[in-house]
Amino acid sequence: MVDVKNVSKGYGNKNVISEVSVKIAKGKITSFIGPNGAGKSTLLSMISRLIAKDAGEIYIDGMDLTRCKNNDLAKKISILKQSNHINIRLTVKELVSFGRFPYSQGRLTKEDRKFINEAIRYMELEEIQDKFLDQLSGGQRQRAYIAMVIAQDTEYVLLDEPLNNLDMKHSVQIMKVLRKLADELGKTVIIVIHDINFASCYSDYIVALKDGRVIKEGTTDEIITPSVLNEVYEMDFKIEEINREKICVFYS
Amino acid sequence: MSNKTKLILLAVASLAFALAFIFIDLGRNWDYALPRRLEKVYAIVLTGGVIAFSTMIFQTITNNRILTPSIIGLDSLYLLIQTFLIFVFGSMNMAVTNENINFVISIGFMVLFASLLYKLLFKGEGQNIYFLLLVGIIFGTFFGSITEFMQVLIDPNEFLIVQDRMFASFNNVKTDLLLIATVLVVIVAVYSLRFIKYLDVLSLGKDQAVNLGVDYDYVVKRLLIIIAILVSISTALVGPITFLGLLVANVAHQLFNTYQHKYLIIGSVFISIIALVGGQLIVERVFTFSTTLSVIINFIGGVYFIYLLLKESKSW
Ligand SMILES: Nc1ncnc2c1ncn2[C@@H]1O[C@H](COP(=O)(O)OP(=O)(O)OP(=O)(O)O)[C@@H](O)[C@H]1O
Ligand SMILES: [Mg+2]
Repeated sequence: MVDVKNVSKGYGNKNVISEVSVKIAKGKITSFIGPNGAGKSTLLSMISRLIAKDAGEIYIDGMDLTRCKNNDLAKKISILKQSNHINIRLTVKELVSFGRFPYSQGRLTKEDRKFINEAIRYMELEEIQDKFLDQLSGGQRQRAYIAMVIAQDTEYVLLDEPLNNLDMKHSVQIMKVLRKLADELGKTVIIVIHDINFASCYSDYIVALKDGRVIKEGTTDEIITPSVLNEVYEMDFKIEEINREKICVFYS
Repeated sequence: MSNKTKLILLAVASLAFALAFIFIDLGRNWDYALPRRLEKVYAIVLTGGVIAFSTMIFQTITNNRILTPSIIGLDSLYLLIQTFLIFVFGSMNMAVTNENINFVISIGFMVLFASLLYKLLFKGEGQNIYFLLLVGIIFGTFFGSITEFMQVLIDPNEFLIVQDRMFASFNNVKTDLLLIATVLVVIVAVYSLRFIKYLDVLSLGKDQAVNLGVDYDYVVKRLLIIIAILVSISTALVGPITFLGLLVANVAHQLFNTYQHKYLIIGSVFISIIALVGGQLIVERVFTFSTTLSVIINFIGGVYFIYLLLKESKSW
């Protein structure tokens, strides 16, 4: 379980995250939703220790994040940022192999290779695995980055807008992979997601952020209601049930 | 050609250059010339290796291929120290004439400066490395200005001695220093071994490195200190020559076209040796000492630098 307690973060004298407390259930998919600038990425980066928090505590499985050893954490929690830029020229396979660094420290074992190939297969990258990242389309690159995170094989998987650049087919494919990670392998998946219908159809819990605060959290059913979404996004939603999934209609 | 083959070829070429340097025109007084040439080659290999290694890891840490460690102001500080010593104590003082004392003073101040700089900048968490570079540039310029100021006031005869130290040169390698420099380099090299495995990951950038479990601040701080010590050693030994690093690091990147530092580092060390020994050969046998090695290196490096900029600008 990830336990975020009274965490705050500010830049200059502007509070970006204000005393946020939230508990994230193990083995489930939790989606962070909210308008641009709500602080979703900032919160995710703090949970994954990429940026430091100003106040509060974060516990992962009862361990204080700041007291954990870096390499142990890298086997427990992985993150994919909203935008990624790598300065060096890498092939897809080389990138995915980096996901094994916490285990192999650079010397890949047979087991490492197994994980790498599996991750590549999961993301349907076999055909382009020897291509350089800068030769790929945005969506192919995004899948390569996700494959790296999958190869890292951590209990907690944090993804900031993983559907960036992806077409519908691959968006669905990735959400299905994430479901599989949660349901079959018991991993805890935390994603930031803007497509409310993907959040509705694939997540177990939803945390809604706005102006640096959690304004609502609960099961998907509790959050995907016209009144809650209206409060979060300040616009009108209609919610229809199609194939027992709640689908939001917000084009007007 | 595989990268291993390239490494072997570079090693062979380095060896060939070294042998050519030692044996061409050895002459009849070989019992006098041979030991001096061996010393010179040894000094070149030592500095070449140190410069290549430190530039390579510096570029990896900064994720930037057009920077050299001189950007944090160590070269300028070295010149300031030399000028200051002569300005205050005169050129006949022990601090100037005794090479060991001068070496210790130079290294001491350079490392002290680097540690103060890092201490200052790493105090607050989350400081970004480009801020360090910015402050380094400002200090470097500042040191340069004071140096010039003192050089204007200095006695012209003394200025000649300062000028002599402004350019890197192997023409009169400070032999006394080789032993102490070797000991220092070996200690630092052994210490840096434990960080080598992080270099590949560091080249992915800070966020990825942290995600993959690298204790980023700790590792980068250690590497920066290693760089400062190594640059100080090589500068005190032959003078400011970090520009060479830019040249060899980029040639290594282009030649090996990989992110793997096991090839990049060893390769750049060999390239550095080839460039230095080759350059020194030209200085001694073609120009018969009428020019210095840094002039040649800076010329070649400058041309290569412009080429790089033109090439990079195309890909923007
Ligand atoms: N490095 C920074 N310096 C200053 N302000 C920042 C910094 N990073 C983020 N912010 C501010 O913090 C706020 C929250 O940013 P954050 O990236 O967490 O938003 P987000 O919810 O992920 O938005 P989006 O949906 O657009 O990705 C924004 O107002 C942003 O301007
Ligand atoms: Mg964001």
